[in-house]
Amino acid sequence: MNATTDKTWEHAGLGLFITLGGLLLLLTIAAGTGIGEMSISIETTFAAMTNKIGWSAVALNPIQESVIWDYRLSRALVGACCGAGLAVSGAVLQSLLRNPLAEPYVLGISAGASTGAVSIIILGVGVGTVTLSAGAFVGAFVAFAFVALLSHGARGGASKTILAGVAASQLFNALTSYVVTTSGNAQQTRDVMFWLLGSFGGVRWPEFQLILIVVVIGFLICMYFASALDAFAFGDDAAASLGIPVNIVRIALFATTALMTATIVSMVGSIGFVGLVVPHGARFIVGHNHIRLLPTCMVAGGIFMVLADITSRVVLPQQVLPIGVVTALVGVPAFSIILYRAKSTT
Amino acid sequence: MSIRAENLVWSVGKIRIIDGVSLSVRPGKVLGVLGPNGSGKSSLLRLLAGLRRPAGGQVFLEERDLRTIGRGALARRMALVEQQATTEANVRVRDVVSLGRIPHRSPFSGWSQGDEAAVNAALDRVGMRERAHRTWHSLSGGERQRVHLARALAQAPRELLLDEPTNHLDIQHQIALLKLVGELALTTIVALHDINHAAMFCDQLLILDGGRLVAQGTPEAVLSEALMRQVFRVEARIESSPHHGRPHIHYMI
Repeated sequence: MNATTDKTWEHAGLGLFITLGGLLLLLTIAAGTGIGEMSISIETTFAAMTNKIGWSAVALNPIQESVIWDYRLSRALVGACCGAGLAVSGAVLQSLLRNPLAEPYVLGISAGASTGAVSIIILGVGVGTVTLSAGAFVGAFVAFAFVALLSHGARGGASKTILAGVAASQLFNALTSYVVTTSGNAQQTRDVMFWLLGSFGGVRWPEFQLILIVVVIGFLICMYFASALDAFAFGDDAAASLGIPVNIVRIALFATTALMTATIVSMVGSIGFVGLVVPHGARFIVGHNHIRLLPTCMVAGGIFMVLADITSRVVLPQQVLPIGVVTALVGVPAFSIILYRAKSTT
Repeated sequence: MSIRAENLVWSVGKIRIIDGVSLSVRPGKVLGVLGPNGSGKSSLLRLLAGLRRPAGGQVFLEERDLRTIGRGALARRMALVEQQATTEANVRVRDVVSLGRIPHRSPFSGWSQGDEAAVNAALDRVGMRERAHRTWHSLSGGERQRVHLARALAQAPRELLLDEPTNHLDIQHQIALLKLVGELALTTIVALHDINHAAMFCDQLLILDGGRLVAQGTPEAVLSEALMRQVFRVEARIESSPHHGRPHIHYMI
């Protein structure tokens, strides 16, 4: 086949793929809105949405309408954004650190956020979800700064950064355990556990606005550096010899992923596995080129998270599983299949 | 002079890796850098490529100070092939060679006809066009080095730096790669291990020992039995080869 038509086909294929993925994401979000504890018919769900947008004025049960619009739709949209942000962050960090095990929490962000949030819950500094999120956010950035300083002091290098991240995670997890065991009562400990495993309970429209802005801006910054990320495949010197300002790109992308992850963690807790698994799955489908990989991660991460959230709500009657439990339970088998198939095809 | 360096010094901690090295290469010529392990060959290439900042001395490209040339502008005129650079990512050959076009493109600009032509020409030059769709992990060592060379050529450089490009290759691929490099009309600096290969394929040789410059000149002028003894610690006899006319080294045991 002629190489130019090859490239054109690739572009057309990518456009089609992203469009299909986007439609699938919309369908998943619609499913996330329709499915739940209170069974609401598809017609009602649809009418509730068009009512709110202003396309229709069907008289509905106000409780059902409110559940659809204020509770489920905002929750599904936040879930999609979180999944997208975590998957994009994971893909970026795996390429930047040249390590397939890298994920958004590798820089100690989740551990730091936990320490921040737990301090707020247990030490009772301030009240309400706003201060809780703020505490988590501050904790996340303290941990990130710690890792950045430590790996910079150790004269850079991808493996040094990962080691610094491991050290930070251990430190902040230990601090969290310390605070919980010395000052927590049983109820607080249970709250903390639930938060550590992640939960979409309590997210509404204001959260969606914030997370949408953060994830979209983060994604655009990562896309700006897409070809720089390609250049990192053969190491820092190879990237530098291609004219990439290695240190600037690394700092910009670390900061971007840290900001996205910290916002997500402070909002919904630390949801594991999405940032690790989705990029590998996406690479298996579209290859390593970041201009294709990052949009795919965005869409696939969103779908994965909304599906995981639906599962967490329906698998046990009268009960919501922590989302982190579901992402791992669904993610590990999916990951195993990818690993196995990737091995047999290369 | 295409590439010129004056009195380069570079240290790691208190250890001087490069200690007062000066060199010059004329346009289109091949300079071979020789020296025992740890003599500073790779470090010298990194200084010349602008990847490390020398503690002392200067590098000039066509009499222009390297420090005044921007990163991107430098990548558009000088390419580096590292020693055995590899990746965990299972990228395709065409994608690796396409990396060479990064310095010629801006972040959101599309893939142009010119980029496509440069990548195809580079793939043709190293004989990897038919294997452009192959994945990195399915390639042999020789194929990988050729892909790296193609990536460097896709940068459309005027200066090419190669760090021991023939390491771990079988003899057929060593000769083929060096022949290919010699046929390119680029100013080339290549670090090599095999002194006979260097004598055959390089216009000029530069000998390093412990980060210091021992000699620079034509293979005939530089290679001597005394040098082999002093720098490489071997007994050798050198004669002009009746087959290719270049110096040939026989090692004595």
